[in-house]
Amino acid sequence: MIRAFHRWPGLLALALLTVLTLSGAALSVFPAAERLTAPQAATSLTVGKLATRIQAVYPGVEQIRRAPSGRIIAYWFDQGKPGAAVIDPATGQGVAPADPNQTQRWLTNLHRSLFLGDGGRIASAVGAVAMLILSLSGMMLVARRVGGWRHWFARLRGPLAGRLHVEIARIAVTGLVLSSTTALWMTASTFDLLPDGGAPPAFPTEVSGETGVALGNLAMLGDTPVTELRELSFPYPGDATDVFTLKTDRGTGYLDHGTGALLSWADLTRWERVSETIYMLHTGQGAAPLGLVLGIMALGMPAMGVTGVLIWLAGWRGRPRIRSNRPASRADTILLVGSEGGSTWGFAATLHAALTEAGHSVHAAPMSTFAPQRYAHAGRIVVLAATYGDGDAPASAKGFLERLEALDTAPDIPLAVLGFGDRSFPAYCAFARNVSDAAKAKNWPELMALETVDRQSPQDFARWGRSLGQALGIDLELAHTPVLPATETLTLVSRRDYGADVQAPSAILRFALPRTTLWQRLTGAGFARFNAGDLIGIVPDGSPVPRLYSLASACRDGFVEIVVKKHPGGLSSGQLTAQVPGGTVRAFLRRNPGFQPGRGRTPLILIGAGTGIGPLAGFIRGNARRRPIHLFFGMRHPDSDFFYDEEMPGWQGAGRLARLVTAASRERQPRYVQDVLRNDAPEVARLIRDGARVMVCGGRDMAAGVADAMAEILAPAGLTPATLKAEGRYVEDVY
Amino acid sequence: MKSLLATLALTTALTLPGLAVARPVTLTTNLNSYGGDGAYLALYVTDASGAYMGSLWMAGTKSKYYEHLTDWYRATGGDTGEVNGITGASVGAGRTLEITLDLADALFDAGYTLHIDAAVEDMRDSPNEVAVPLTTTGAGTPVAGRRYIASFAYDM
Repeated sequence: MIRAFHRWPGLLALALLTVLTLSGAALSVFPAAERLTAPQAATSLTVGKLATRIQAVYPGVEQIRRAPSGRIIAYWFDQGKPGAAVIDPATGQGVAPADPNQTQRWLTNLHRSLFLGDGGRIASAVGAVAMLILSLSGMMLVARRVGGWRHWFARLRGPLAGRLHVEIARIAVTGLVLSSTTALWMTASTFDLLPDGGAPPAFPTEVSGETGVALGNLAMLGDTPVTELRELSFPYPGDATDVFTLKTDRGTGYLDHGTGALLSWADLTRWERVSETIYMLHTGQGAAPLGLVLGIMALGMPAMGVTGVLIWLAGWRGRPRIRSNRPASRADTILLVGSEGGSTWGFAATLHAALTEAGHSVHAAPMSTFAPQRYAHAGRIVVLAATYGDGDAPASAKGFLERLEALDTAPDIPLAVLGFGDRSFPAYCAFARNVSDAAKAKNWPELMALETVDRQSPQDFARWGRSLGQALGIDLELAHTPVLPATETLTLVSRRDYGADVQAPSAILRFALPRTTLWQRLTGAGFARFNAGDLIGIVPDGSPVPRLYSLASACRDGFVEIVVKKHPGGLSSGQLTAQVPGGTVRAFLRRNPGFQPGRGRTPLILIGAGTGIGPLAGFIRGNARRRPIHLFFGMRHPDSDFFYDEEMPGWQGAGRLARLVTAASRERQPRYVQDVLRNDAPEVARLIRDGARVMVCGGRDMAAGVADAMAEILAPAGLTPATLKAEGRYVEDVY
Repeated sequence: MKSLLATLALTTALTLPGLAVARPVTLTTNLNSYGGDGAYLALYVTDASGAYMGSLWMAGTKSKYYEHLTDWYRATGGDTGEVNGITGASVGAGRTLEITLDLADALFDAGYTLHIDAAVEDMRDSPNEVAVPLTTTGAGTPVAGRRYIASFAYDM
């Protein structure tokens, strides 16, 4: 819900806010430039002395103004000709023309009214409202993303656009909130909606009737330092009824030009003071450094616009189009989708289409939008839920369980839960089970018992669809073909075989980089840009379901490399390990930003076993900056499946690999990688205390063994793998 | 344009004898290219003693800026009631403001003076930019202002 409050104002107001923030940032430079170039008055200089100096140079002076920057301008008439100049207060001489800066004037008019008069001022104010809404909703989204306000500056993970968006936002948001609220105040003031108009003192009815007092004899002017001056207006020389008008930071007064006496005085009202402060905060006039800071923060807005659009496009592309999606309040069937990578959305789209075909009105939405009070006409709720990691909520289901927990009573609309997962994982459909259990605990009526779909199986899905059809009293035939990303053809250029002697035939397969289009190169799509640790989806012949492998190379290496072990009966691994150079596979790229070493200089502890060495070897190969990398590598036998045995000495020699520790499970003294970790406990603990990052890649059992070993190693330091994971310093890529 | 009669009824400041006879008068104000934002202009009439009698036109709609029309503001205390219904947009640099009013015959050749105060954002306030006696012979004769007004004339 908050996301919608963020997304739509953002997209709608993007162009307007870009104009407003860019012009605002440009304008922020002027007060600082004015402050630096304007000749400043000495603190001891009084208005009386300054006026005397100026009058000596310009006898026809009519008005002297001092800007908050300290710039003093005098206006005079000389033989009927108007003149004006920036004055050097030390001499009273004009030193620069006082004409308004045309660039500044143009920018100001663009910024406050888009050159459209009052209509444009209102449009700009609408832009300020949009920016305020964006800032507030964005702050809530950031707090939600990092896990609470206390973690405001926590480390971020995820795709670059999203990270940049939040990185900029959490710094710039203070400036944007300040600029937008002050903008709204100023608009209200301009349209006379605030009682902050000036209340000058009543014009004196009694004056001395004389003229010609010397400026030096005006006591008030002699007492007022120039730093407090805003404006001094001179009376018409021959008009005895006229007066001096003096405006200072404190108020406005009239002075007799026969006697020099103060005739009347009025302090600034509280409203005027508030409005002036707000004007200063918005424009930086009188607070030039603040203005510059706000200007820089304003520049964050266009950057956030670009990254925001990229995030939105990625989300929009990542899920299949759902045609004729009904509003939640009018649908009879609610589909709630918990998807991490987007494939569950494909199933949801198939179900949506089939139910719609059968005459139902269906609303499909992310699980995170769960709001039962809006489902006014719903007769059933269907949850399609994938699982993230070891049973966590996938991206589009964040907050679902918490919201369900917070309900006093579960909705009385019957619920069906379908889980999506992979049976080879211990946490198979764990999140869907959590949802189902939570629903039972709340006595949520059940439409159907929990069922699951293994590895995107169309058969499982079709079977479940028939049960759902029975429950609804309709024929429901769900023919789902997984929506695959566009694949490209990769050609094998070389292979190196390992492991045949230890019953683990494996190969390092190197493919040529596919040709990329200009568009892909510009947007970094497809194989135009990838890193070691990203995933490659290979679609084997005879199955529409892709298999994911971790990449052992980055695009700058000039090839696509993976390490594959042949599984008995494995369709994809069998085909891959049978490839000969010149052969081709169909593949697509999937980013895996959660498993990247990052840019820092802190040591890396890489732990891998078997084919899990792939991405780790890729990180080492790309370590041109010689970040200290400690590799713990578990294999069966060094003579048989020591992947990258040829390269390792060279990497060590070049400083790309600081230290290599191997463990072999089929030697005379069998050792696993967790064993060598334990042997090295003091060094590992020291590295982690010094900020090292741990990356684990390999089979699930090995990862669990490593986590246990690390828990033992870290316990004396009061750390656990879980606390490191929360900081993003312990990441796993397991299969 | 509203007639001055209506104006006077609204503003009540100007009570003149013999108002029954009036004629349309066109006031033409040409601004020079002073290189700033739109100018605020106050057109008003004083009597022979210099006392404020009433306003004819206010170019500029934001009353918070009226204090920069110094003489007009002083004479009226900034009372927007004085220009209620006779207010229009500010006048851009190089542009012309042309208004036609029904002015009483009695205003002419009787010592009355038409004044224009002008002000521009971030530029000088120019009270008494134009001060021209209202006479039948003076009609059609352009006069120049002090800072912003290239020429002003009233035609009958």
